[in-house]
Amino acid sequence: MDRFLFLTLDGLSRGAVYAAFALALVLIWRAGRIVNFAQGAMAVAAAYVAYSVTAVTGSYWLGFGAALLAGLLLGAVVDVAVMRLVDHRSPLNPVIVALGLVLLIQAILGMVYGNEYLPARTPFSRTALTVGGTAVLSPYDLFVFATVGVVGAALVWVFTRTAIGLRMRAAAFAPEVSRLLGVNVGGMLTLGWALASGVGALAGMLVIPTELGLHPHAMDLVFVSAFTAAVLGGLDSPPGAVVGGLGVGLLLSYVSGYAGGDLIPLAVLALLLTVLLLRPGGLFAPVAARRV
Amino acid sequence: MSATRAATPPTRHAAVDPVRPGRSLPTLVRHLAVATGVALLVLTVSYQLDSFRNYQLATVAAYLCATAGLTVLTGLCGQLSLGHGALMATGAYSLALAQNAFAERGLTAGGWLAVSLVVAVLATVVVGAVVGVAAARLRGPYLAGLTLAVAVVVPALTVTFDGVFNGEQGLAVPVAPAPAALGSYFPHERWQLWVAAAASLICLVLLANLVRSRYGRSFRAVRDDEVAARLAGIHVARTQVVAFVVSAASAGLGGALLAVLAQSVSPGAFGLTLSLFLLMAVVIGGLGRIAGAAWGAILLVALPDLTHSLTNLFTLSPAAAQRLEGNLPLAIFGSTLIAVMIVAPGGVQGLLSRLARAMRARWPVGRS
Repeated sequence: MDRFLFLTLDGLSRGAVYAAFALALVLIWRAGRIVNFAQGAMAVAAAYVAYSVTAVTGSYWLGFGAALLAGLLLGAVVDVAVMRLVDHRSPLNPVIVALGLVLLIQAILGMVYGNEYLPARTPFSRTALTVGGTAVLSPYDLFVFATVGVVGAALVWVFTRTAIGLRMRAAAFAPEVSRLLGVNVGGMLTLGWALASGVGALAGMLVIPTELGLHPHAMDLVFVSAFTAAVLGGLDSPPGAVVGGLGVGLLLSYVSGYAGGDLIPLAVLALLLTVLLLRPGGLFAPVAARRV
Repeated sequence: MSATRAATPPTRHAAVDPVRPGRSLPTLVRHLAVATGVALLVLTVSYQLDSFRNYQLATVAAYLCATAGLTVLTGLCGQLSLGHGALMATGAYSLALAQNAFAERGLTAGGWLAVSLVVAVLATVVVGAVVGVAAARLRGPYLAGLTLAVAVVVPALTVTFDGVFNGEQGLAVPVAPAPAALGSYFPHERWQLWVAAAASLICLVLLANLVRSRYGRSFRAVRDDEVAARLAGIHVARTQVVAFVVSAASAGLGGALLAVLAQSVSPGAFGLTLSLFLLMAVVIGGLGRIAGAAWGAILLVALPDLTHSLTNLFTLSPAAAQRLEGNLPLAIFGSTLIAVMIVAPGGVQGLLSRLARAMRARWPVGRS
């Protein structure tokens, strides 16, 4: 029972990160009908920026801030310099271009930092605190929950309570009408990319220390897990992404706890296949089903 | 022009095909004639080139199977697959297991290699059918996501089931030397080139015929408009599964040939990067054209070689040189892929076709 509790809490902590990363995917999907396959590579790039800044200044938090800034900036640059130029009539094109970005970003990171695992620091201890003899959460897990919670709340606030958030939603929902009403649709799209990429960078910063460390390919499996989470929740639904992320985190935690960590990749693939075949619209699909 | 429609209609494309000997010949005869010509060319060239170039050419032949298969799937049937690296891994590991099983039973004669290649193709067909059935129900980013998951997960399975696949170490592939009838000083690389080129040519002839057959037309109909295809009596899902299985079989053959060439298999060679390389190769070559797949395969082998010579021009510390050499091809591939998608969605072969059309419009020779 102790073990089950520990695995559940660990899974929720892992899931919170997947939820954040899935949210980033959902943000871009809602804004531009693109699944950003370069999200993982972009997040790793931001984490490398954090690594450099921390190495120079010695402060984790300066690195953390730098990663978020780099994430925001990278998202905006990718949209303006690449994605906007792509012909979007075929859904294949943005996907292929995003994969080209993956190759390019990973190659640049490999050239600058090398293809070895670099150690990634955490701001808090990852040793679990014990409550009444039972190992529960570590301070780092609490930090993860708090960060993801704050980001989620901030996103909700931006999209429901602020003028710019409403403009972004309008631009995504009805681009032509919004343009007629004076909304800078292209700018809103760029802002959406920047926001999503910033959230992705945050998720990368949170997840990389819990895995093997910093590596150009560090987010490959995380991306697949988060994509699974986003599909599980329905690509269109931010609350779905959060629930999907927590669900995937729990499942992977149980699989690695009871069946062995080696089986995690297989479990992700099996889950994605099951969801896509049984309920491709996701658990939270809106009534009008999207054809997948 | 969008990627799925980047391929010009086959009739126009065929009309500018320079190697086509005559219009009246049946497709099969024409393709066999071209294949024989290429085979003779390879045979001649294999005696002119040194061992290393022979080996590189053999690698091109192996990649060509995979890129041709992928271009049929993505370019003609409109299904994106990021999982072809994993399918190549399936073929390579199946071949390794089959060759090892034969070797354990003392069956080391060269002929068993053909059996192992068939086993590898069949194993990949089974895997391809499973993925293909799922893929036929998915579109766009969903399909890309699923096949991406396949590409990331399958190499990891070799570690999960390391009892069979021997983890990161991989398996050795025992391959018989060149037949004694060719003489005792026959270079092994030349023999490898012959084997790879023969297998690859058979694969290409079959694919080229398929593309011109009823199935090929169904592929294109499904790609261009699924509803119209269904109204025309085409079973869309079945067509997509067939396309995926055919494509998987080619990728499996390509992977198996790579295993034969390297005489070993390990998961590191079949990671996500390989899948992305294959996609890049077919996009840069020109989606939906088998000639484009050839350009892509050549690029896959030539570019790392070029960057190697390029990095040798600079005096760098060994560590920096290694970093640059390992990653520069990826950077070039990635940026080329982005540039091609934005500037010239038809790829190299599309540019060549346009050039040839422009030339013929200016100097109409022997056509009217």
